[in-house]
Amino acid sequence: MSEDDEDQSPPSDLRSQPPPCSPNKSRNCISSSSSSQTFPDHVLENVLENVLQFLDSRCDRNAASLVCKLWWKVEALTRSEVFIGNCYALSPARLTQRFKRVRSLLLKGKPRFADFNLMPPDWGANFAPWVSTMAKAYPWLEKVDLKRMFVTDDDLALLAESFPGFKELVLVCCEGFGTSGIAVVANKCRKLKVLDLIESEVTDDEVDWISCFPEDVTSLESLAFDCVEAPINFKALEGLVARSPLLRKLRLNRFVSLEEVHRLLLGAPQLTSLGTGSFSQTHQSEQEPDYAAAFRACKSVVCLSGFRELMPEYLPAILPVCANLTSLNFSYANISPDMFKPIIHNCHKLQVFWALDSICDEGLQAVAATCKELRELRIFPFDPREDSEGPVSELGLQAISEGCRKLESVLYFCQRMTNAALVAISQNCPELTVFRLCIMGRHRPDHVTGKAMDEGFGAIVKNCKKLTRLAVSGLLTDQAFRYMGEYGKLIRTLSVAFAGDSDMALRHVLEGCPKLQKLEIRDSPFGDVALRSGMHRYYNMRFVWMSACSLSMGCCKDVARAMPNLVVEVIGSDDDDENREYVETLYMYRSLDGPRKDAPQFVTIL
Amino acid sequence: MIGQLMNLKATELCLGLPGGAEANENLAKSAVGNKRGFSETVDFMVNLQSNKEGAVDLYKVVSASKEKALLKNPAKAQVVGWPPVRNYRKNIITQQKTSGKEEASSEKAENSGGGASGAALVKVSMDGAPYLRKVDLKMYKSYQDLSDALAKMFSSFTMGNYGAQGMIDFMNESKLIDLLNSSEYVPSYEDKDGDWMLVGDVPWEMFVESCKRLRMMKGSEAIGLAPRAMEKYCKNRS
Repeated sequence: MSEDDEDQSPPSDLRSQPPPCSPNKSRNCISSSSSSQTFPDHVLENVLENVLQFLDSRCDRNAASLVCKLWWKVEALTRSEVFIGNCYALSPARLTQRFKRVRSLLLKGKPRFADFNLMPPDWGANFAPWVSTMAKAYPWLEKVDLKRMFVTDDDLALLAESFPGFKELVLVCCEGFGTSGIAVVANKCRKLKVLDLIESEVTDDEVDWISCFPEDVTSLESLAFDCVEAPINFKALEGLVARSPLLRKLRLNRFVSLEEVHRLLLGAPQLTSLGTGSFSQTHQSEQEPDYAAAFRACKSVVCLSGFRELMPEYLPAILPVCANLTSLNFSYANISPDMFKPIIHNCHKLQVFWALDSICDEGLQAVAATCKELRELRIFPFDPREDSEGPVSELGLQAISEGCRKLESVLYFCQRMTNAALVAISQNCPELTVFRLCIMGRHRPDHVTGKAMDEGFGAIVKNCKKLTRLAVSGLLTDQAFRYMGEYGKLIRTLSVAFAGDSDMALRHVLEGCPKLQKLEIRDSPFGDVALRSGMHRYYNMRFVWMSACSLSMGCCKDVARAMPNLVVEVIGSDDDDENREYVETLYMYRSLDGPRKDAPQFVTIL
Repeated sequence: MIGQLMNLKATELCLGLPGGAEANENLAKSAVGNKRGFSETVDFMVNLQSNKEGAVDLYKVVSASKEKALLKNPAKAQVVGWPPVRNYRKNIITQQKTSGKEEASSEKAENSGGGASGAALVKVSMDGAPYLRKVDLKMYKSYQDLSDALAKMFSSFTMGNYGAQGMIDFMNESKLIDLLNSSEYVPSYEDKDGDWMLVGDVPWEMFVESCKRLRMMKGSEAIGLAPRAMEKYCKNRS
């Protein structure tokens, strides 16, 4: 489960020029004339190389690279894992020019709001230029992790052919490819350890890709294909699992029936993470397989997900593993409180819990009573409409905060919330780093007092001193943003929708939150004054997204003119708006290599 | 709430802002295409009031009147991408809502074209191409749209000329015969009854409802379909 994982440290500061040498270090710096390379320099370089290769954190590496030219050079030689938070921040050529020995690449593409249809498709984020450049530069590449990228079957084929030692492919929220591309990867990447397809759109090319894995023993450790909407060859899957002794994580799609899961479990008791397929019985037979026995045999399972097409009477089959579970994902299953409570009652070790709001406040209270180790909670709406019933409220979340004091990350969809509950939550859970609350009805105030949700969110930013990610909702005035600017000193990601009264709100945030990296705003009354007030920040941020606000084209052009290394994209609507002066969507980001050349017609780069 | 509305309307400087029939018009317009409508309105409201508390009250009025609009036109008031739940997740939940009624058979769930899921996904195969594609018929408004999309997808072939309305002109026998004799690709589809028909024989909406699968075949091969297609065509017309 990696929905919107938080980044650990700020993105790489890839400057084009290494910093100039300071006079004090001139003896140790490599100057441009090679004749001054003396014996001590070589030794220092070797020593540095040996030391720097142990640096893993990219934050540390970025700092090290700024010391002097020598450190810059050696750091670039020893960096094997590269993180690129925005694929358009630099060109593939720049990557390969600076870093010569890359084994692992993590690349992110489209902005998050694209997931909610706020951007037309075919915006970009193509993997093609990256894979073709890396194919020549990094023959020893082992790992590629993509998020929100457009990946074609040809890209996958090139990847499979170019990197003989390729080990890990993780595609999160990607699209553009099908089972034929997967088949090539399965077939040609003989050292493949990880093939994880997560929440991606995979077209069904009617290719039996499971059968494409090599015949002999595989190195597979993780195989996740729950998002592949295509039937699979179960016999081939069974064979694959049987010849993959290192397999620990397996996430099946809904075309694998419960009986088939049962057979797989019997053959693979060493699994630690299981995503079940369809959790329902299709054929009524006299002798039903003993599902509980199969689960009982899996002593190592600590992570369970799946449960699509759930028939609730089969849920108790997982009881034998509940006591060991650290992660449970029920977010695709419509489970009522009565079905839920007997299960959760056993999950004492649970740290990560995702579910639908169908478990109600009652279910959340049961979680609070049992799961004292809970770190992450995500509650999704069964009925994701603005005017839906909303079976969970502030009661459930507050109960969680009282029972689960170690809570670090919350994503909560509801229809009713109160300031008092948020204040309590902020006091109960000081370890919160991620707080994302979505009150689904827009502009909803505190349902008890009728007041805006300012004080509640204010308490969250004030008391949760470790908060790095915040998403707000409900009725909010400028006051809420004043609090954010005053207390949100560690906030890196902020999501705002239908909130605020005036430009001052955005100004508070831009002027008050020094660590702000990612700002996404929609449908809020922020205009030119606010945009201008943040100009001192934009080079230090990964991106800013503002859609359906009050920005004028003129102001956006001014910003683009004043900041040459900022790519300012304006995405207009298809309709012929008489009021052309207003900008529908603004997406801007820093870039070392100027505006991209693959922008579609509906994107205007200022 | 309504009482408040009335009072504020009485004292309000009239700039034609929320509080009356014009509000609903404005909001209705804003809900459908121009999302900005609402926020522009809000901007105006705030500039009127220097008293912050007043602004909050007005907010309640605005949201109350908006909610009234919501109740009146529930379908219109759904805003794009809100609440922020990914399509992937929405589709899974919707699938479950519908499959609860029918047998949980995987094939059926796979091919359940339109209906609750809101997408009419059909597989498109082309003779000679190594793999299939999938299209969502609901994304297109006419045969011409579909024709353009398919042409892009399988760019190595050329589509037969569809004529002005994008429908194969069945009445013009000679044109039809030309098309079927050529080596160009002609789209055929499998309908609800399991029969293979030439695309274009029925009105677009009917086609979207009944099409289960698409196949691009060479014109010369599709000749066999034409008589059956003609038969069904006549049946549908009468």
